[in-house]
Amino acid sequence: MSARVAVTVSVNGTTHRREVEPRLLLSDFLRHELGLTGTHVGCEHGVCGACTIRLDGAPVRSCLMFAVQADGHAIATVEGLAPAPGRLSVLQEAFRDAHALQCGYCTPGILMTVSAFLEETPDPTEEEVRHALSGNLCRCTGYQHIVDAVLLAARRLREG
Amino acid sequence: METRHIGRAVTRNEDARLLAGRALFVDDVELPGMLHAAFLRSPHAHAEIRSVDVAAARARPGVVAVVTAEDLGAYWKPGPLLVPPPPIPGVVFRQRCQVPLARGVVRHVGEPVAMVVAESRYIAEDALADIVVDYAPLPAVGDLEAALAPGAPRVHADLPDNIAAEVRQAKGDYAAARARAAHLVRRRFRYDRGASIPMETRGIVAAWDAKADRLTVWDTTQAPVVIRNGLAAMLGLAESQVRVVAPFIGGGFGPKIMMFYPEEMLVPWAALRLGRPVKWIEDRLEHFFATTHERGQIHEAELALDAEGRILGVRDEFLMDTGAYDPYGLTVPLNSQCTLLNCYDIPAYESRFRAVFTNRTLVSPYRGAGRQHGIFVIERLLDAAARELGLDRVEIRRRNLIPPDRFPYRNEIIYQDFAPLTYDSGDYAALLDKALAAIRYERFLSEEQPRARAEGRHLGLGIVCYVEGTGIGPYEGAKVRVQPSGKVTLATGIGTQGQGHFTVLAQVVAEQLGVDVRDVEVTTGDTDQFDWGVGTFASRGAVVAGAATHEAAAAVRAKVLKAAAEHFECAEADLVLADGKVSIAGVPERAITLGELARLANPLRGAVKPGTEPGLEATRYFGPEMGATAAGVHAMVIEVDAETLRPTIHRYVVVHDCGTVLNPLILAGQIQGGVAQGIGNAFFERLVWSEDGQLLNASLADYLLPTSLDVPRMELHHTVTPSPLNPLGTKGAGEAGAIPVGALFAQAIEDALDLPSRGIEIAEIPLSPSRLWEIVHGGG
Repeated sequence: MSARVAVTVSVNGTTHRREVEPRLLLSDFLRHELGLTGTHVGCEHGVCGACTIRLDGAPVRSCLMFAVQADGHAIATVEGLAPAPGRLSVLQEAFRDAHALQCGYCTPGILMTVSAFLEETPDPTEEEVRHALSGNLCRCTGYQHIVDAVLLAARRLREG
Repeated sequence: METRHIGRAVTRNEDARLLAGRALFVDDVELPGMLHAAFLRSPHAHAEIRSVDVAAARARPGVVAVVTAEDLGAYWKPGPLLVPPPPIPGVVFRQRCQVPLARGVVRHVGEPVAMVVAESRYIAEDALADIVVDYAPLPAVGDLEAALAPGAPRVHADLPDNIAAEVRQAKGDYAAARARAAHLVRRRFRYDRGASIPMETRGIVAAWDAKADRLTVWDTTQAPVVIRNGLAAMLGLAESQVRVVAPFIGGGFGPKIMMFYPEEMLVPWAALRLGRPVKWIEDRLEHFFATTHERGQIHEAELALDAEGRILGVRDEFLMDTGAYDPYGLTVPLNSQCTLLNCYDIPAYESRFRAVFTNRTLVSPYRGAGRQHGIFVIERLLDAAARELGLDRVEIRRRNLIPPDRFPYRNEIIYQDFAPLTYDSGDYAALLDKALAAIRYERFLSEEQPRARAEGRHLGLGIVCYVEGTGIGPYEGAKVRVQPSGKVTLATGIGTQGQGHFTVLAQVVAEQLGVDVRDVEVTTGDTDQFDWGVGTFASRGAVVAGAATHEAAAAVRAKVLKAAAEHFECAEADLVLADGKVSIAGVPERAITLGELARLANPLRGAVKPGTEPGLEATRYFGPEMGATAAGVHAMVIEVDAETLRPTIHRYVVVHDCGTVLNPLILAGQIQGGVAQGIGNAFFERLVWSEDGQLLNASLADYLLPTSLDVPRMELHHTVTPSPLNPLGTKGAGEAGAIPVGALFAQAIEDALDLPSRGIEIAEIPLSPSRLWEIVHGGG
């Protein structure tokens, strides 16, 4: 075991400071040090996208980063998407309305990917949505309802 | 009925929790003092273990225990046989179940050899590298046919050969059918399937409470009650001392019901022995070796037809790779054997299969569970027959469909539920007609395809039929109770892995009790809430647990009306049950809520009538005499790039009949997801093995799952022939989407590239651009 290193990160607007091993994955740090278990781990080799979070706004795979690399950065996770406890964001509601999740395991990563995508592409085509989703694997849905949900969310967000 | 909830596209009760990141999955369980397990696994497909040295691992700081087979003492024994062989005359079945930790010999890559328990997962994995195992490699058994050759190495040295099972089944007289056939079609097929790859791997957390003398286990299982019962028996505890919770599960698809996995035997044992909670979460690499697969079959099949293309009989002989052990019995090959008969009136059938031990990961059912293999064989035979007889591929199918007036249709042979294979109801021609219209079959043949060919584009169409035996017994149960709050709770023993049980079962309750679907709180997979049941498999959850739920809710409805009639001193026939309350018909202001009735039914003072039960609660069980048979037709239009051989799906049509539809939104999700897995099987997913039994593509970077760019938009249609076997008329739908896709791809690609005109047929799945290139260019 190597010496622990101090890490300070902001997660969903709250600052956390911990001493961690340098080898601790950011995904494990979020889940097991901070107890933010909404971020899921599907492959730990950067393919499936289940662990996607946003780091300074950009969607990244938290299994491919060490916690120490996130020092000083701002992280957003699925727990921060809802506007208030007991309520859902427009994107989350669209996922429910379009039945875009089944087991729900890949869903947090997909929500984080899509939340960034819709900020950059508020009026996407289906083709653009499919490209945006192609780095997140879902084994349950066949993607069709996810695509529908993203298009629905985009429309609702545009219409305010 | 005052309100209709069944059949509505209700959005899901469970989604808010999942979308907010608040749903509990097994790896989310954190307990004070929790330890972490990791497993040392065999790097060899087949080897003798000469010694295992764990001294250095035990000495590593943070390591609490290192366990080998020797350390298990009397706890070491092969796991139970989950599914015994069926009552078929002459069946051969050699039971060789997996062991908790290998002793003396390892039989597949990934077989656990030692368990480390440590203060963190990181330390546990460090300690794995400290363990020294002296292996003497043995020749490995991989190829199915080579495994049966004289002198082949044997997976189990105590057996005379590698045959795990042999089953013959027959109906009618195939020899006589063959003798009078005008035409025979004989082919050899190879159908391979891959791994289920749920996005959540397997995991277990176990905690022993010494003060309460109780063990709690969180397990990613599809069968929590059966795991509870088995663990209690293995650990010498009463069933009441063990609670198994299958919380939210990140996909199952079959392999999460294989039991007992070695880790499932060992993690609870370690928690008991160490007096501290223990967690094990499989990583993705382990998942490829340690979680069961489905895999290959080789079929030699013959179809006998009369001059008009009517099937006189089928003969099929196949081999099936069952892996190193066979605890799941014969479910997969029996499904292949039975489902080959498909939706056709086949008077004579002769089938023999042999399951073969290989030095590979165990095989157990994965969504479709062998049905794909059978459907591929019969559909490919019909395609070949149509060509040779000069018939249209749709016409040959139509001539052989079981007509609607022949139900129940008895196939005589024994199915996986040990009951004679009988189709309860169906209208197969209606499915075919709907699919033809949706895919615009005639227009494709007369206009689209000729136009594309003239432009040098390779457009092809596929259309195939399938059936799926679903909703088998033995039984499930449900307990429904009206709470004093007015909400209704439902508990059932099945587990849930994304099928929408929290919503669909709530709809069934709401239908009877006139409450809002959101006011029905469903618990699945917690043996403290309900501990009778079998599990979620064979497309049976909504059928069998759904029927039990219906019966329990109907019983509670009767209690509600009786209680309200007494309260109002009126006849039950004068009451209206709706919107969470009972009122007198025509006098809506005279009403009482279900919550108030529940309180009245559980008094604290006063006499009650003899024979009265407290509360508004009922438990009911449902066990169908046999499974209900769903059916469907898939059709697609595909374009294949002549240079890269990459297919693009232009249109995909599903016409499906699963009887009464409980929730069309959730049903659509089930079908679309199944088709996506079928596409993976047909064109993306292949487990690649080296000759010495190493899995060469055990990562998601190398084993390709279909992405959002690979799965097309699908057009779904339904027909409804209710099942007479249960009160709701439902048939299962979970696996259907995945079943016909391999056969569909083969036909559509042949059509697109006009392969038969060059003497080339597609006789195997999975395909890929490179494999297709080999086939097209004569690489066999």
